[in-house]
Amino acid sequence: MKTDFRYIRRKVFGTVMLGLSLLAALAAVSMLFWILGYTFIKGISAVNLDFFTKLPTPVGVPGGGLANSIAGSIIVVGMAGLMAIPVGIATAIYLSEYGRGVFASTVRFVSDVLAGVPAIVAGIVAYALVVTRMHRFSAFSGSVSLALLMLPIIIRSSEEIFRTVPDTLREASFALGVPKWKTILSIVLKTASGGLVTGTILAVARVGGEAAPLLFTSFSNSFWNFNPGQPMATLPVDLFNYSISPYQDWQQKAWAAALVLVGMVLLLNISARLYLARKGFKR
Amino acid sequence: MAEQLSRKKIISPEKIFMGMTGLFSLSVLLISVVVVYELFSASEPAFHKFGLKFLITKEWDPVQKVYGALPFIWGTFYTSLLALLIALPVSLGIAIFLSELAPAWLRSSAGFLIELLAAIPSLIFGLWGLFVLSPILQQYIEPPLSNLSWLPFFTGYPLGLGFLNAGLLLAVMIIPTISSISRDVMYTVPANQREGGLALGMTRWEVVSKVVIPNSRSGILGAVVLGLGRALGETMAVTMVIGNTPQFSLSLLDPGYTISSVIANQFTEAFDKLQISALVELGLILFVISVIINAFAKLLMLRMNRFSGGARI
Amino acid sequence: MADKIAVEGLNAWFGKTQALHDIDMAVPENSITAIIGPSGCGKSTFIRCINRMHEEIRGAYSNGRVILDGEDVYGSGVDPVLIRRRLGMVFQKPNPFPTMSIKENVVAGIILNRRLGRHEIEETAEKYLRRAALWDEVKDQLNRPGVSLSGGQQQRLCIARALAVEPEVLLADEPASALDPISTAKIEDLFTDLKERYTIVVVTHNMQQAARISDRTAFFLSGHLIEYGTTDKIFTNPSDKRTEDYITGRFG
Repeated sequence: MKTDFRYIRRKVFGTVMLGLSLLAALAAVSMLFWILGYTFIKGISAVNLDFFTKLPTPVGVPGGGLANSIAGSIIVVGMAGLMAIPVGIATAIYLSEYGRGVFASTVRFVSDVLAGVPAIVAGIVAYALVVTRMHRFSAFSGSVSLALLMLPIIIRSSEEIFRTVPDTLREASFALGVPKWKTILSIVLKTASGGLVTGTILAVARVGGEAAPLLFTSFSNSFWNFNPGQPMATLPVDLFNYSISPYQDWQQKAWAAALVLVGMVLLLNISARLYLARKGFKR
Repeated sequence: MAEQLSRKKIISPEKIFMGMTGLFSLSVLLISVVVVYELFSASEPAFHKFGLKFLITKEWDPVQKVYGALPFIWGTFYTSLLALLIALPVSLGIAIFLSELAPAWLRSSAGFLIELLAAIPSLIFGLWGLFVLSPILQQYIEPPLSNLSWLPFFTGYPLGLGFLNAGLLLAVMIIPTISSISRDVMYTVPANQREGGLALGMTRWEVVSKVVIPNSRSGILGAVVLGLGRALGETMAVTMVIGNTPQFSLSLLDPGYTISSVIANQFTEAFDKLQISALVELGLILFVISVIINAFAKLLMLRMNRFSGGARI
Repeated sequence: MADKIAVEGLNAWFGKTQALHDIDMAVPENSITAIIGPSGCGKSTFIRCINRMHEEIRGAYSNGRVILDGEDVYGSGVDPVLIRRRLGMVFQKPNPFPTMSIKENVVAGIILNRRLGRHEIEETAEKYLRRAALWDEVKDQLNRPGVSLSGGQQQRLCIARALAVEPEVLLADEPASALDPISTAKIEDLFTDLKERYTIVVVTHNMQQAARISDRTAFFLSGHLIEYGTTDKIFTNPSDKRTEDYITGRFG
């Protein structure tokens, strides 16, 4: 068999290109480990019990922690969830169970477009909507901005989950004479519940790491605050403020905050994804 | 029979349930109307003062109360395009590796790891860019580049912070988006297309470059558009590494500013009403861009679905 | 007639499932050989082993020898990419490349190895479209996408594409099973014309088709070659009971 020069060139070129694609995948995976590993090494030395239990100290005063901003993050994200999750799931029910016409496809299109709105814009909207009317920064306005980000994510993932519920289940229920709304509440919601929970967890993980919309809504606070009408410290905002400060001990705290934040976000993410993979849902 | 009759008289629970979920869906539309309304009304003072000149004015001076968006628009697009330029070949490489080369066991785990990259909060990328990437750029990468200063792209001093750092960071952040969508699209290329290529005597790479990628082109374009959307709106990471200097420069070594980072930096400190309004108007510009981009991406995806559905015999 | 292809002791697997058992079979030059059998009998796997397409499926492998003009296709140092250029293949579902025009589809295989000028592309496209009996129907629309054609035309386009790399053998995997009767007849006529130049192996689930066009017929059942002989013999006087059952429609 003759192997001509031209074919050898094709073959070498192809092998080089496929080799480069392997390299690209390796590069991306090593970026992941580089970023996570560096965060871990820099952060672990500053993470201790105080970090989770104490209030922040002024510059130069050693010790202290970010207990208030960890709690603040939970509160702000929690309130956002309370607003976005019911609306999101109810909308997804409508879209997957009743939605056929122009109205449903408009809602679908709008929520897909909303999903692409930058986080910082959600912050501006919450600012204009809540902060300017209340005349002060507040945890509540932060929650509004995060809810705005969460809503389209929840609608999209829940609708996808509802669609994985096989029609035969619905039909079996109709055949027993159960009306559609009861079928949805009892059969469809119950079958989809696992997927809904994981979809919601992913949405929480996604917005929980956001700082941009909180900078000028929930703002920050050096003290304990449980009043949603007042400014509240959150982990991402503190991380940002500490990281761009010129003080060594604050930067140190930023790394610790980064480690805790990344730990929480990835823990939520990995557990949700593993659960989904085990259940056999796509994505 | 009796039940049917009574159902006609009262409003059925069926209708109540459907109406309630329908109302929630309606609220999504209302929310988006509120979003648009708030952005427009809060940016009205700035629009009233500067009009369309806002878009082409270079100065941003809170002391003189002159506000122009040009340097920020420039910075936003320049960093995003830079990011795309870097991210696109890498992402395609990843997608090709995952869909065409990787054995089954590696496929899912490598895909999982690359998607995890997308889950890392933007702040963490910023921290890494600020404390790890920036010194590396300043000491090892930018000095040799500044020797090429006869090119407009490499003038200025090696600062470690600026367009190059932001572009690289954004590239890493959008690689998961572009690569995972491209991979999904490449998966859907029917096996008989690949076999058609192989049977003609194509090498594996030729099957990828002449069959798989052309078959996936509108999906890949959609992925690129979505990646661009993410890069344009990205805030925290860019804010930490862009250098925060409103200037109109081609040089990768120069510091710059983006729409989202000027909002992040100045919003809380702005006590001049006009400045806030100008910042909101910047946000509105970002919003409009992202709506256009996402709508375009969505249309591309719809088109692709129809296209691949139509290719079936 | 000399043997173009000689298959010796061919076994094929998908993972742990064996799809072909110890096949021995010789295909004479310039003839049409039909492979028949119920679905899942391994007939597609068999022709995919001839041009080494079988190994492209994840987890699939084979052993044994496939001798093409005295050279083992599976011999060490044989490049499957080059061997496939000598063994053209047409698939069950027409698979023109959707992003290429009709003429680009025809020359898709040639331009891998040779740069063609614009004029040469037109000439080559015409030559092979004529050979695939498609020219008259598409000569005014050579720049339209290949997928804009009807199913039967698409299949003949794929045949033109396969012929354009000048193979010696044409392997066809149920080429007409997705087509209407008129298109099927056109493909059958085409194959009968083509056997002057090429050796053709065609898999079909349609026994009438095998009887109409082939010189020799092989009957496969559960991965075994049950019987192989002239088409006349197989259809009028099979020696194996199972062949008789199959061709008389008692199963499959």
